Order: sequence, then C-alpha cells, then structure tokens
Amino acid sequence: MNRYSLWKYAILLVAVLIGGLYALPNMFGESPAVQVSVAKASLKLDLGTVTRVQEALKAANINPEIVSLDGNSIKARFASTDIQLKAKDAISQALNPDAANPSFVVALNLLSRSPAWLSSLHASPMYLGLDLRGGVHFMLQVDMQAALSKKAESLAGDLRSAMREKSIRHGGISRNGQTVEIRLRDAAMVESAKRLMQDQFPDLVVAENVDAGETKLVASIQAVAARKVQEQALKQNITTLHNRINELGVAEPVIQQQGLDRIVVQLPGVQDTAKAKDILGRTATLEIRMVEDGAEARAAETGTGPVPLGAERFLERNGAPVIVKKQVILTGENLTDAQPGFDSQTQEAAVHLTLDAKGARIFRDVTRESVGKRMAILLFEKGKGEVVTAPVIRSEIGGGRVQISGRMTTMEAADTALLLRAGSLAAPMEIIEERTIGPSLGAENIAKGFNSVTWGFAAVAVFMCLYYLLFGVISSVALAVNLLLLVAVLSMLQATLTLPGMAAMALVLGMAIDANVLINERVREELRNGAAPQAAIHAGYDRAWATILDSNVTTLIAGLALLAFGSGPVRGFAVVHCLGILTSMFSGVFFSRGVVNFWYGRQKKLKSVSIGTVWRPDGGSGTALSVDGEQ
Amino acid sequence: MEFFKIRRDIPFMRHALVLNGISLITFLAAVFFLFSRGLHLSVEFTGGTLMEVGYSQSADLSAIRSTVDALGIKDVQVQNFGTAQDVLIRMPAQKGGTAGQQSETVLAALKAADPSANLRRTEFVGPQVGDELATDGLKALAFVVVGIMLYLAVRFEWKFAVAAIIANLHDVVIILGFFAYFQWEFSLPVLAAVLAVLGYSVNESVVIFDRIRENFRRYRKMNTVEIIDNAITSTISRTIITHGCTQLMVLSMLLFGGATLHYFALALTIGILFGIYSSVFVAAAIAMWLGITREDLIKGQVKKETDPNDPNDGAQV
Repeated sequence: MNRYSLWKYAILLVAVLIGGLYALPNMFGESPAVQVSVAKASLKLDLGTVTRVQEALKAANINPEIVSLDGNSIKARFASTDIQLKAKDAISQALNPDAANPSFVVALNLLSRSPAWLSSLHASPMYLGLDLRGGVHFMLQVDMQAALSKKAESLAGDLRSAMREKSIRHGGISRNGQTVEIRLRDAAMVESAKRLMQDQFPDLVVAENVDAGETKLVASIQAVAARKVQEQALKQNITTLHNRINELGVAEPVIQQQGLDRIVVQLPGVQDTAKAKDILGRTATLEIRMVEDGAEARAAETGTGPVPLGAERFLERNGAPVIVKKQVILTGENLTDAQPGFDSQTQEAAVHLTLDAKGARIFRDVTRESVGKRMAILLFEKGKGEVVTAPVIRSEIGGGRVQISGRMTTMEAADTALLLRAGSLAAPMEIIEERTIGPSLGAENIAKGFNSVTWGFAAVAVFMCLYYLLFGVISSVALAVNLLLLVAVLSMLQATLTLPGMAAMALVLGMAIDANVLINERVREELRNGAAPQAAIHAGYDRAWATILDSNVTTLIAGLALLAFGSGPVRGFAVVHCLGILTSMFSGVFFSRGVVNFWYGRQKKLKSVSIGTVWRPDGGSGTALSVDGEQ
Repeated sequence: MEFFKIRRDIPFMRHALVLNGISLITFLAAVFFLFSRGLHLSVEFTGGTLMEVGYSQSADLSAIRSTVDALGIKDVQVQNFGTAQDVLIRMPAQKGGTAGQQSETVLAALKAADPSANLRRTEFVGPQVGDELATDGLKALAFVVVGIMLYLAVRFEWKFAVAAIIANLHDVVIILGFFAYFQWEFSLPVLAAVLAVLGYSVNESVVIFDRIRENFRRYRKMNTVEIIDNAITSTISRTIITHGCTQLMVLSMLLFGGATLHYFALALTIGILFGIYSSVFVAAAIAMWLGITREDLIKGQVKKETDPNDPNDGAQV
C-alpha cells in the first residue's frame, strides 16, 4: 500500500537532479569582471575585438581568468577588484583611443564563477536585485499631456498651411490645450474646412460651435491617435534613455516601460547618482545646416587650412570631418518623425523624415535654392555636435516629407532614423521615485538574508528531527529539497532576488513545514487509534492531503494578490512566496512520501515506525523511539 | 517527544463568550489606536526622501539634525538605524521639482560637517507614487479577502467563509493596532507581511474546519459544540508545532535580518501569535454562532457518505 511505482521514483530523482544542477551555479559566487559592449548600434563585436581585448590585457601584464564573447558583450573575469580596475583602464584605452567619442562601453560587472559546462546548460545564478548588489533605481513619469499638446501644436500648424493651399479663409487657428480651434465666418468655408479635415486629418474629430454668426470648429485628437502619440512618446523616450545610458558604462542596465506612462531605469553598480540623473535628464538637440563646400572648406576638411569664417568643423559618425555653416536652418522641433524604409524607385535603403508645416515650408525654400549642394543633420548632446548624415540635395522637396537615401545599408538607415528620433525627448520626464543602494549595504543585505534562512532552517530541522525522529529527518530532507527546488526555479526563471525575496524564502520554509507537521501528526493519531503502521502511514498522508491543499490555496491567494497589486519590494517578495508554495506542495507531500515509501514500503511485516512518542490516553504509551504496531 | 498529552477534549467552546470578549476588546483597542494615533507610514506611502548615512564613529544625531535644518528643510526626522554609526534621515516631500536633488544637497552638507559620512542608501518617492501604493495595498487586501471567502464558500460553506474572514481580518487590524500604538514604521515589506499573515492564518482556520467537517461525518452522536471542541483538541498539537516552526524562522529573521527586516519580522510575529488565538477561539466560535449544522456540510455528498472508509472522503478539488 505504501509503494511508489518506478516511474514516480524516477520523477522524484530527475526533479531533484535538475533542481540540484540549476541551483548549483549559486554556490560558486561571483568574480569581478569587465564587460565590453558596443556604444554605437552600427558597430559589431566579433572575435577580432576579443583578440584586441586580450592583447590589451597582455600589454598591461594582466592575466584574466577567462575572456569570452557572449552574444552582445565580451566579458573578462579577474581574480580581484584591483586587477579589475586596472584591466578596465587598459581595455578602455585600447578600444577607445578617442575618449571623447567612445565606440565601446567598458563597464565593471560581476560574473559568475560557475564552470563553463554549467553556463553551456544555461544554468546561471539567480539575478540579484539592486538592494543586494548596489545600484540606482529610477522611476520616471512621462508627461503625456505635454506630448499631446505638442502634437496639437504641430497639427495646428499643418492645418494652417493646408487651409492656405486650399484657399480657405479663416478668422484664426489656435491651439487651446490639446484641441485646435478654427474660427470661420462663411458657411461655405465651414463646409470646405470640414471636408479638408475629413480628407487630410483623419486623426482629428471635429465639433462645431455656432456663436453670434461665427462658427468655431473645435478639433480634438481622436482617442486612437492620442494613444498612438503616447505610445510613440514613451517608445522614443526609452530609446533616448538607452543611448544616454550607454555612455554611463553600465554593464546590465534595465530600461522598462511600466504602465502607460512610466519608465523604470535600473543601473546596477552605479554609485554616482548625480551623474546618472544629469545624463538621464539631458536634452539633445537636432539641427539641420548647410555644408560649406568652397575650396577653403575642402582644405579645412583635410586639415591643411583653417576653418572658414561662419563655419564649424564637425565629425561624421564614421570619423570623416565635415565643414558646416553656422547658420541653423531647422531644429529638431520641426522634425515630427524619422523612420527607416526603402526608396520606392531604386529600392535602396532610405530614411524617411516627416517635418511639420513650418519645417516643410522652410525646407522647400532652402532645397529649391540649393539643389546639388549638401546639407548636414547634426545631433548635439552635452554641447558636443556630431554629423548624423550629410546627404546631397537632389531636387526641391516640398510637402514636408524628406527622404535620405544612397550608400546606406538597411542597418545604417535604421540607426540613422533611431538617432534622429532620439535626438530629443518626445515629452518631458520627471523622476518620481529614486532608490540608491551602496555596494557595502548590498553585501550586508545578502549576508543578513542568508543568515536568516540558514539559522531558521537549522532550528526548524533540529526541532523536527528531535520531535519526530526518522519522520522528522525525512521532513527536514523534504524541506531542504524545497529550498533547493525554489532556488533552482528562481535561477531558471532568472527572477530577481531581493532582500524581501530572501525574507519570503525564510517565511515560506517556515510555512512549508506545516505540510509535514500535518502529515506526521496525522500518522501519530492513526497509530494512537490503533492502526497498523503501514495503514497509519497511508491514512496519514491521504487524510492530510485535503487539508494541505486547502491551506496552500488560501496562502497562494494572498501571494497572487501581492503579485498582482504589489510593486517594487513587494513584488520580489510575492514571486518567491508563490513559487515557494508551489515547490513546497511537491517536496512536502510527493517527495517526503517517496522517501517514506522507499524506507518503509517494502517491509511487509512492519512492526514499528520511528515517529517519536505516540502517547495514548489509556496509558499504553509507545517507547520513546518507536511504537509497536498491531499486526 | 510528545508535548500534548490531552486525555479529554478541551471544552474550548464553553468559554467562547469570554474569549471572544477579550478578542473584541483587543480589536476595539486596535481600532482606537489606529484612529487616534494613526500609522507611522514610511516614505514609500507618504512620498519624500529617505537617506541612510553611515559614519565611522557613533553619529551625533542632534548635530546632523541641525545641519539638515540649516538647509531649510522642514519636518526632518533623524534617528539611528540598526547600529549607532548608521543614521536614517527622513524628509517629507517638498514642493517643487527639486525633490530628486534633495539627497545630494543634504549629503554634501553632512560631508562638510563630518567627512566620514557616506551614503549607504537613498530613497525618493514622489507623492503621486505614494498615493498609488496605498490604493494598491487596499486593492490587494480586498482581493485576498474576496478570494479567500470565495474559496472557502465553495470548499466548505458560507458560514465558514464569514467566520474565517472575520477572525483573520481581526488579526490584521490587531497587527495594525500594534503598529499604530508603538508608532513602528509601516512600510511596503510590512504590508506584504500583513497580507502573507492573512493567507497564513486562514490556513489555521481551514485545518480546524476540515476537522469539524470530518467529525460531523464520523461522530453522528456528538452535538455541534462537542464536535468543535474535539476538532480543536485533536488539531491543537499541529497548530502549536506548525506555528512554532514558522516562528523559529521569523525569529531567525528578527535576530539576523537586521534593521531592514525588523518590522517585517515583528509584523509576522504578532500575526502568528494572534493567528493561533483567532483561529482557535474566534473563527470556530463565530462559525458555531452562525449555526453550522451537520446538514450544511454533508448535503450533496450522499454518495460519499456510503463509504466512510475512503481516505479521500470529503476531498474535492
């Protein structure tokens, strides 16, 4: 009656083995490392870069433990923090000869010491949260109202020029909050204005107000279009943040959307919050200027002559110098969108720019006068300008739709479009939550969490072994398996472990023992009532199961609520709590039953069970070690 | 070893009125303190800036306080955190957009006063986030209450669901009462602890209810009071041992977890102690007063009744 079939034992064994394997990387700890990744999307890491890193280290007389190329980064591991810092400088000097314009991000990181065969099985240690490793956490709120107002402003401009083209006379177009108001006197004009808006401005909903002979058309942005504006604003801000954070040299930054209008930025290991904040909040500007191409400029480009008056020297992204006039034609404010795409005739890769009405007008005038000349699009960040692209004007461009094409790969087109879009934040952001944790505090928190779990576990295990003897030992082993599986699952999911998460781990172990206490008490009770040992074990497990299930479901409901409504620290707690309840069902019931069955199940004439004292009210108490069963 | 050598069922229900009276008084006291003193909410809920600063020697709190006051920041709280060298500075949310910079100005001032000051941790929470956290916390509480009630109502009967929820919400209110009375800091981890306790002490009620149901089926001659007494008596050893084990874990957190986990562990300790009390004395008694009967639990299970030896009898998933 107390036997498991072979396949059940097989499942147990496999589960414990896999659990052990995936929990194993956590045992090795982490070593200081230097991580190299690309700072510009157009660059790629390859084996050549790995060799450069290795040579740089050799030249500096530093022996790395391991240098490996792993997806998008090269990681070099070192024995101590001192060597790590030296190595970072050496690598940084070798890869980024021009410190002002780095091509690679060289960052400090921690790397698991687990052997390569474990990593090749994708077994990696749990991801430590900021409170355990130190770092900065920001939550930024994007001002969506500002994004919508900006959109309304540009639509008002567009409307103005469209009405001029159609010769619709109006008494003024103005933006009022997020709506555009158009005043018209003539009924015929009202009609044609409405038709125009229907045809050319599908994003607007129009309401009509007649007031003292004057008709006021109030156009507001449609809900769908507004949502799209907000999504784009958020996406653009995230892209911009990505570019800026690359500069900070953070090994594993997390930049995530949260909710509809928030962005969470986590920078593990960064201590300089002031600098981080400065970089996050910085605004980049985009400028369009004409390229100076006289003979003097040519000479200046090659470096043989001085830069002509009224011009400046900038570098293109590939490092080629360009001499650009100081006069600004357009700024990023007039650029509403930039998307990669293809030329409709030549099928070459291209970047499509969309300008607002004012931009389109200026652009048309400028291009009409300068066919055959080059114009430069510059991106200014931190006061440092860079030429994103400098195309030749082929013909007059009207209508605000500009295409840049020629000698571009699809990849380059995508990069350029991204840079142009990232040039400015779509909407202003505000830091609404900030958390900084120093690295020493992180290490202390790990020790605190670890000690809590270890000592709590030891105390419970000692008590169980004393009180329930062999059954207590089995319960303790089951509890250890629970911990093992929990750590394994967390490692497999690469869930973030935080200090509240470690607290949840301790708590869930304390709660998980409940299942075994229930079972053991039930078995004792059956024995007390005179059941045979085998029958008592069987009945004990079976009767306890319904109760265990009930109590775990109620605990799980609380866990899920925390997961659904919690944020930050509560979420870390809830993840571990929920997973722990699930693994405890497996280990507390299925695994411990397996061990009991394995131990006692084969004995046909089982006389006694080692479960501690079975006291009987009639005085017929069992011995301290075991109780005689009635056969 | 056996701690519980109980010869006869303990007549818990005989004293139900007195015990529930005590419960009611504790509950009312907790509510009174909640309203009169209020919770000492952490910056996570109120919005504001929190800084943990470490010094190489014991920190001079009044000096730090005057340094911060000199910066013109109002209502600043300065206290030790964990050790004498560590100081926790709490500043309420300031009007204007410079709140994020506040910690830097303060740190600069502290460093000027004592160069050994080093920033261990800062936390800045904007007021809008704080409000959200509070509403999310209430939502989570509502979700747990409704979820558990539904589950118990389906699994047992509505009277049990009502009894369990009243008993366990009374635990929650008492924990909050403790936090209000002692003005302990109520932070997000404490909220998590409170909700975890809610789920956990419902377990306790569930174990007893399970036994009551089983007894109704098994002992046809006993009346409701006897059945409840028997159910509590036969599960009391498990109740105490389980809670003892959980408490061992929590104690370990209280001892080794440091200042960050202190209030979390404290909330759990109170929750566990009152969890035992309320499940044993309050939940069962309320169920009794609501008038649970054998028919309530056995209806619709006629088929199963014919097989009392089935160990899975009564189990439904």
